Amino acid sequence: MRILVIGGGMGGTIFANLLARRIQHEMKTGKARITMLSASHEHVYQPGWLYVAMGRATPDELVREQESLLEPGIEFHVDPVEEFHLAENHVKCKSGKVHEYDLIVISTGSRPLPEKIPGLKENSINCYTADDAVNFFKQLSDFKGGRIVVTVGLPHKCPMIPLELTFAMHDFIKDRGLLDKTEFYYTYPIGRVHSLENVAKWATPEFDRMGIKYETLFNMKEVDGKNAEVLSEEGGAVKYDLLVAVPPHKGQEVIEKNGLGENGWIPTNSASLHMEGEHGKNVIILGDTTNLPISKAGSTAHFEAETAAENVAAVIKIGRPVRSYDGKVFCFIEAGKDRATYAMFDYQNPPQPKAPTGAVHAFKMAYNKLYWASARGLL
Amino acid sequence: MSERVVDARGSFCPGPLMELISNMKMMSVGDTLELLSTDAGSAADVPEWIKKVGHEMLDTEQDGEGTWHIRVRKAK
Repeated sequence: MRILVIGGGMGGTIFANLLARRIQHEMKTGKARITMLSASHEHVYQPGWLYVAMGRATPDELVREQESLLEPGIEFHVDPVEEFHLAENHVKCKSGKVHEYDLIVISTGSRPLPEKIPGLKENSINCYTADDAVNFFKQLSDFKGGRIVVTVGLPHKCPMIPLELTFAMHDFIKDRGLLDKTEFYYTYPIGRVHSLENVAKWATPEFDRMGIKYETLFNMKEVDGKNAEVLSEEGGAVKYDLLVAVPPHKGQEVIEKNGLGENGWIPTNSASLHMEGEHGKNVIILGDTTNLPISKAGSTAHFEAETAAENVAAVIKIGRPVRSYDGKVFCFIEAGKDRATYAMFDYQNPPQPKAPTGAVHAFKMAYNKLYWASARGLL
Repeated sequence: MSERVVDARGSFCPGPLMELISNMKMMSVGDTLELLSTDAGSAADVPEWIKKVGHEMLDTEQDGEGTWHIRVRKAK
């Protein structure tokens, strides 16, 4: 079986490594082959940008050579796919090379698009790329007091980041002795401070305790940089001195160009993770690339990849998949520099977040280092 | 004019309302959307947001399996 993995992010990498270890014998005897195509030779631990924005990590700590993370036997090429020919079971890359497959796994991720909101890109800071995270730190370091506004676009990657950024900035400003000169104003698209009801129930009194003001049902429509004001679809207007954005995201352009999914999100079966439609039988979608109504987060990609790798190995060995993806997601929530909690949930069970502790924060800090073992499919 | 169905059953995060808002950004004025949700809160928080923004509620009903079917139209 020729297995082609498109994308060298968290989903594609964990899938390929887990599968390779499960089908070592088949790979050695030539019965199975795994090829990965990526747009980059680098693998980035994206959750780490939060720490760069707070001056607690540098970008180089978050990057490894993709090839160094892959199990022996996985063929790796830096050659982005430009054309998907799913009816003919092949893709065509930027180099012109054509790769045929029996099974394709598409895990191309998503991208921040602050330019989708007029005025947002040029008037706000965010932490979704290395350059943006470094710029975030510089602007926050230079901040001398005033109003910090957090604004959130939809859909976005990492559902916890609006809260985490707010708590982290509160600590940052407090450590610099600027808390009495700073007002935090948090805005959120729906009628509570977080999408998860139980997380919102925990976070709201935390905001009240810290003096963080908030406005809900606030979906940014545009940013008026001249008047330093962010305007909402609901008719609201909020003045800022420093505008911190969680920008809206889209899937990758190549997905849209090939007509695989609106806005780059591919219609995906929530249980089997196969692409919906007539050519989906040998197409698996992972991570941010799906159109599933669940968190766009590394954790989602991780658990989906585990399910998919087990199933593909089982199909090779016994002729049928062994389990369905249950919607499992596990997200840490940094609640300031010394405390953290977590939200774990699936399609059937909502999260029940506990009070933040130093122990969970310590585990998160450890996980940031252990991530590379996770990407290798060892954790 | 087009009609789309957003199946947000079993979605805790981002949740049905966030899915609805994201999808409405991709729609044209006059298009309609049917949201499927297993979250009872959707029957209240979707109309609240629709009213605040100025879109149009069409109807809301719960089927025999407990799924809410909420239909809205993009008005602006």
